[in-house]
Amino acid sequence: MRDFSYTRATTIEDARQAALQAGSAILAGGTTLLDLAKCGVNEPDELIDISHIRGLDGISVGESEASIGALAKMSAVADHPLILKVYPAVAQSLSLAASQQLRNMATIGGNLLQRTRCPYFRDPATFSACNKREPGSGCSALGGVTRNHAVLGTSESCIATYPGDLAVALVAFDAVVDLGSRSVPVEEFFLEPGDRPERETVIAPGEVIIGISIPASAAARNSTYLKVRDRQSYEFAAASVAVGLELEADGRIVKDVRIALGGVATKPWRARAVEQALVGKALTEEVILSAARLSMEGAVAHGGNHYKIELAPRVVARALRTLGGLA
Amino acid sequence: MPRTIHLTLDINGKAHPLDVEPRVTLLDALREHLDLTGTKKGCDQGQCGACTCHVDGERVLSCLTLAAQVEGRQVTTIEGIAGDDGTLHAVQKAFLEHDAFQCGYCTPGQIMSAVACIREGHAGSDAEIREYMSGNLCRCGAYNSIVAAVRDAATTIAAGQKAEAA
Repeated sequence: MRDFSYTRATTIEDARQAALQAGSAILAGGTTLLDLAKCGVNEPDELIDISHIRGLDGISVGESEASIGALAKMSAVADHPLILKVYPAVAQSLSLAASQQLRNMATIGGNLLQRTRCPYFRDPATFSACNKREPGSGCSALGGVTRNHAVLGTSESCIATYPGDLAVALVAFDAVVDLGSRSVPVEEFFLEPGDRPERETVIAPGEVIIGISIPASAAARNSTYLKVRDRQSYEFAAASVAVGLELEADGRIVKDVRIALGGVATKPWRARAVEQALVGKALTEEVILSAARLSMEGAVAHGGNHYKIELAPRVVARALRTLGGLA
Repeated sequence: MPRTIHLTLDINGKAHPLDVEPRVTLLDALREHLDLTGTKKGCDQGQCGACTCHVDGERVLSCLTLAAQVEGRQVTTIEGIAGDDGTLHAVQKAFLEHDAFQCGYCTPGQIMSAVACIREGHAGSDAEIREYMSGNLCRCGAYNSIVAAVRDAATTIAAGQKAEAA
């Protein structure tokens, strides 16, 4: 790890000012920043440690929305009794991510800013070509081992999968990122790679995440996060889904449904076509299966990841069956 | 000249002054600068859990924590969990009784993780122990004995707390 200077910020304004400097990086939990620094992917000149700033780790759950401070730890949000009750998919997305040690370190703001990354991106010593690391250098993943690469939202420049879980649940429930001077829906916060894969979010130099808010909804209250993976724990998703479901008073017809996918796309992926195919219908096995298939509209396989196109609709269908009482 | 910063770290209840480069991790500070070599370096990449320590009572990975970040926080390492008279912690005893290791390299991290796992209330069943201990890898594959040791220690600790309350 290349040496850097270290500054401890005491206010957010300090952090914003320092983050305007070229070569500086904000340090919170450090789980992704220091990991990538050790890989030689990140080589910051200066780290601005915001983890000692007070008052940014609050979690409050009100009637209309939940507010979570940027420095709240993943583990604190995952175990918060009201998040578990009012936003179960959000709590589950966190407790099924990483390990307890990492969840005790990693913050909510840092979680949203973790890099979209693949094994080629993480290994500059072996693979010099990576458009995300070195714009214009090419993509080592194309034609390589692609078992865990994305099938949705890819470009000729990059096929790395968005690795997070939390943002998938946030996108499903229309959460908003608070950047202080502006607020951005989480869905718009993340960018598809296009021809600029080095740019993953809309955050600008000098901007710092203050927190997130999640609107309350009946769908969020009746929600689940289903994560299917190669190992039972401490593993990225092969395919995951956040689903929230609200039925009409008759208990049969879908009134509101939210579906977002993880592990298959280059950003947290809201599956609106699936939602639209379900609203106004009674949940039957046939309706669920035909709607779930729409989640893979536009999917493109790259060799080893073809299985995801089969797997993801099954994961969506299983979560819908569970929530709809058909399991 | 490498730039060094002056830190005072609170480790196992004792203040340790330290001059290090800012990039020095808590793990390297413990092992290379403070002669606290009980904490092990496995992957040095946040994947194996061998370097698990407690910061303000919560388990973290010392390989992905800068020494500078924990100034003003309480750090506990494997050297700090036995009693002052050398009485082993209930988790240490359980690991011995259940033979919950083979080579022993991952054991300090396993024990630090298990102490916190029990304190968090995440040791209620074998399935829960497996889930919440998943950040600690054991290349020898002593997992079944580790789960048995954590379960046993959780029972011992709960019984102790009940006796204390009574």
